[in-house]
Amino acid sequence: MLKIEDLHARTEGKEILRGVDLEVAAGEVHAIMGPNGSGKSTLANVLAGRDEYEVTRGSVLYEGRDLLSMEPEERAVAGVFLAFQHPVEIPGVGNLYFLRTAVNSVRRARGQSELDPMSFLSFSDERMKLVEMDRSFMSRSVNEGFSGGEKKRNEILQMAMLEPKLAILDETDSGLDIDALRVVAEGVTALRSPDRAMVVITHHQRLLDYIVPDRVHVMSAGRIVRSGDASLAKELEANGYGGLGPSGDDQAVAVGAGR
Amino acid sequence: MTVTTGSDTTPTPFGTDGAGGLPDLRLAFDAAEPDWLSQLRSRAVDVVAERGFPTLKDEDWRYTRITPLLDLAFEPAASRPVSSPSPALIDELCGTSGGSRLLFVNGRFMPELSQLPEPAPGVRITNLASALSERRPVVQPLLEASFGARRHAFWASNVASAQDGLLIELSPDAVVEEPVRVVHYCDPAGTPVVAALRSMIVLGARSRVAVEETFIGSEGSVYLTNSITDVQLGPEAALEHFKVQLEPEAAFHLASMDVRQERGSRFVTNTASIGASIGRQELVVHLEGEGAEATVNGLYLPRGDQHHDCPVRVEHVAPGCTSRQLFKGVLDGHGQGVFNGHIVVHHGADGTDASQTNKNLLLSDRAEADTRPRLEIFADDVKCTHGSAVGQLEDDAVFYLQARGISKEEARSLLTYAFVNEVVDLVPDPSVGERLGRLVGDRLRGGSAGSGQ
Ligand SMILES: Nc1ncnc2c1ncn2[C@@H]1O[C@H](COP(=O)(O)OP(=O)(O)O)[C@@H](O)[C@H]1O
Ligand SMILES: [Mg+2]
Repeated sequence: MLKIEDLHARTEGKEILRGVDLEVAAGEVHAIMGPNGSGKSTLANVLAGRDEYEVTRGSVLYEGRDLLSMEPEERAVAGVFLAFQHPVEIPGVGNLYFLRTAVNSVRRARGQSELDPMSFLSFSDERMKLVEMDRSFMSRSVNEGFSGGEKKRNEILQMAMLEPKLAILDETDSGLDIDALRVVAEGVTALRSPDRAMVVITHHQRLLDYIVPDRVHVMSAGRIVRSGDASLAKELEANGYGGLGPSGDDQAVAVGAGR
Repeated sequence: MTVTTGSDTTPTPFGTDGAGGLPDLRLAFDAAEPDWLSQLRSRAVDVVAERGFPTLKDEDWRYTRITPLLDLAFEPAASRPVSSPSPALIDELCGTSGGSRLLFVNGRFMPELSQLPEPAPGVRITNLASALSERRPVVQPLLEASFGARRHAFWASNVASAQDGLLIELSPDAVVEEPVRVVHYCDPAGTPVVAALRSMIVLGARSRVAVEETFIGSEGSVYLTNSITDVQLGPEAALEHFKVQLEPEAAFHLASMDVRQERGSRFVTNTASIGASIGRQELVVHLEGEGAEATVNGLYLPRGDQHHDCPVRVEHVAPGCTSRQLFKGVLDGHGQGVFNGHIVVHHGADGTDASQTNKNLLLSDRAEADTRPRLEIFADDVKCTHGSAVGQLEDDAVFYLQARGISKEEARSLLTYAFVNEVVDLVPDPSVGERLGRLVGDRLRGGSAGSGQ
């Protein structure tokens, strides 16, 4: 479904991705771990089409299409979804209106009929149950004044409503308490399916206790430096990322104590 | 531009060479008018000649380049044949609910297209021309005040030429439940004309009314609207005012509103500047009685080569008054928006609570926003805040919406709408708010102003 080859990207004259290779098949869940500043969010944003990153080399194929030549909204309607590490607050745009616009844009592009306000409401009610949100969220502005956990749940709600084929979750578990983590993890698990692939960027083994990955990759200094099965995550939990080479910054947040 | 006057009334326009300028104001004089009015009009012509029209050197007109206007050869509107807007358009602009609706075409009242319910006791809602003589005690002083030192020549020019406008007079305790809806339509039928309007809203103690005004014209036409509205609010009176300026994009719109408020009165206005090549909406509020409140909000949405100018002055004269200003501009293309906001807290206006906010959103590199908030305080114990900002759409937010499948264009218009929504939300009457929301939404999706005909 997704095939990344030798991907290089930079911003502001600084090379951040330096040759990423990654292949994800339908039905698989891949975890990407790695120290802060190693380029995980940059990879996620490049896949979603953020234009502040310039791709200088490499290619990305999504369902056989050249992903990098597509506009962000084209990628979204083609089934690529990024759950943002830092969801953006949009004062003045109601969450309900936003979600309905998004869902209908995607439906239109997929040749489905748009949902009228009533059927949209029952659809959103149903999906909100999944992330234990109530309708009061809908009348608020998008993410405005939401707690960290509410923002992440709102991301999962959007994922549940847009029904992507390739979901990239960027630290959706960071800063969540146990309850919120469970809600998010259950939301993600409910969406797992044989024709849907997921890339889960995380610092913590604990999310991977809920969503057991098929593959685990370690990113460092803009490259995937190690790959393995679910047991790699456990190993990292025990030993940290020490010895993986320069990460750019802040080792303190890395898992474990280092060697 | 130099203004020539003389005792002769030959029909040469008011330009040095006869090629451009405003019409000879005396042309519109009506021999049948009462003497006091004729005298006022003559005096007005002299005042225009003395003062001349404002130039960029005038502090208050620094950003308003009126040269294109003065270069055109205008004729008085009344001398032209007129068309009328269709009843469907009037319904669209006024709604079909009851209440008074007044239609003016080229500055003249059109009784057959208007609707004036049986007058209730203490309520006078009519057109100025029909009440001129009878209401001279009210009308004359307001016209004379047009020559005050702070008044630019367009005021005097308005006195010289305005034939008609809205007149609302309420006796103490009179309450008008349905909003009064006023449409000003202009069809210059080819030659640029001036549509001068003079409106007066005089509310007795504790009376209240809401007024909605729409300015519109035939598509693509060139004309100048020169509209002045005087408002006087007696003790605890309340006026809710709403105005939308939708003139065609080649027209000019110069409007002034002058508001005097007595003790405990309440004034709310929301203006939306959408159309016109040059659109200027002046507003001066005098808070002259203790505890008076004024809420003055506005939107301006210039694009293309449009210029929108909002000079606002709030004078806190009496103690314990409150004023709120929120103006937001969305500037696209080569559009220019000017907010020139001035709060003056006079000596003795203790306990004043005043705030002023101006925010601008630039949608293009070539658009320009000038924001000049000014605060002058000569009293004690006052609470005054002001702030202004000029910014662009946030890339983060645009990308977030795109990442959810919303096209870049739609994302931008959604975010722009969210920016102006704060002002729309402040409109007290929900149906008016809804109408404003619709107008702004249409505009931001690329709809045209001046959709008349
Ligand atoms: N927009 C940007 N401008 C400048 N530097 C950036 C930008 N985005 C990321 N970086 C830098 O790139 C590196 C990788 O960042 P990021 O992809 O966010 O890492 P991670 O998600 O793994 O913590 C960091 O050094 C970060 O400061
Ligand atoms: Mg990150």
